Amino acid sequence: MASELDTLPVITTRRDEAQGFLQGLVSKSLGWARKYSLFQYPFVTACCGMEYMTVAAARYDLDRFGAALPRFSPRQADLLIVVGTVNCKQAPILRRVYEQIADPKWVIAFGVCASSGGFYDNYATVQGIDRIVPVDVYIPGCPPRPEQVLDGIMLLQRKIQGQEHKLIDRKPLPVVGHEPTSR
Amino acid sequence: MSKVVIDALVERFPDAVYDAYVGVGGDDCAFVKKERIVDVCRFLKSDPKMLFDMAPYITAVDYLGQEPRFELVYNLLSLKTNRRIRLRVKVPEQDALVPSVTGLWRGANWFERYCFDMYGIRFSEHPDMRRLLMYDEFVGHPLRKDYPLKGRQPLVEERDVRDIVRGPGPATRD
Repeated sequence: MASELDTLPVITTRRDEAQGFLQGLVSKSLGWARKYSLFQYPFVTACCGMEYMTVAAARYDLDRFGAALPRFSPRQADLLIVVGTVNCKQAPILRRVYEQIADPKWVIAFGVCASSGGFYDNYATVQGIDRIVPVDVYIPGCPPRPEQVLDGIMLLQRKIQGQEHKLIDRKPLPVVGHEPTSR
Repeated sequence: MSKVVIDALVERFPDAVYDAYVGVGGDDCAFVKKERIVDVCRFLKSDPKMLFDMAPYITAVDYLGQEPRFELVYNLLSLKTNRRIRLRVKVPEQDALVPSVTGLWRGANWFERYCFDMYGIRFSEHPDMRRLLMYDEFVGHPLRKDYPLKGRQPLVEERDVRDIVRGPGPATRD
């Protein structure tokens, strides 16, 4: 089984060090840029949506955090905010929306229903959206206070700043659709 | 409430309507035999003295352990005479097929689909006997008393997430 040590050289050369230093700078500046331009896609399904509107409106003003503009197409967004209860019938839609968002992307579970299912412990409700999509920040509350949401946004910004960002990501592209059948 | 409606019903359908009583809130209530429910409803809707022109809701009850197990409850309202009546129809589990009243009130369509979805009571001659709230892949009827309390049937494959209380486990555990 190949470990990471097999591919990494034991002795780093000056070139590697220089590259690492530059990449660190690039990563930091990209993280700084990305954390202050969060284009969000609000996936609003339930009563938490009212609280989301409060947060997004002038009094609490998400624009201070650079997260002011909701994009109602997932292709233009990079922050998925799941606001409200997600039931099993709707789970495929949420999954699809998440997959349509271009990388890099982050997810916030807004409110206790999105985080854990809340008190809807029944046959119809998904017990937390982390069973369907990976979640970065959970905001508790039924519904959460706007201050909690702002705190969650700031947590996410801190997380984004700490992540590694690359100018060109050489990850293999995911296969879209079904693989062609062999003839 | 006056017992005009109940008296007329019992007089008109002595073999189909039984155990009439005045229920909570003063509404007239009566049990109706399953096979005659459409006849009774047609009489209630079209008779010039009755004119029950609206079915505000139709629902079902699961009396698990009793025989017959299910019960359909038809709530009818007459906007002309401002009267309400509640018809109760006993439905056995083995023969859960009831004549549809969608031909009388178009609004009954979704109520009957709801009863099929949640309780598994089918309606004959219904134009569109599909589930109303749950998805077609759902197995079972969730408002039956013997449906498991935490029986979940996700449409998409769930990720294996760590349960804070019980530790990691398969996503289909509950």
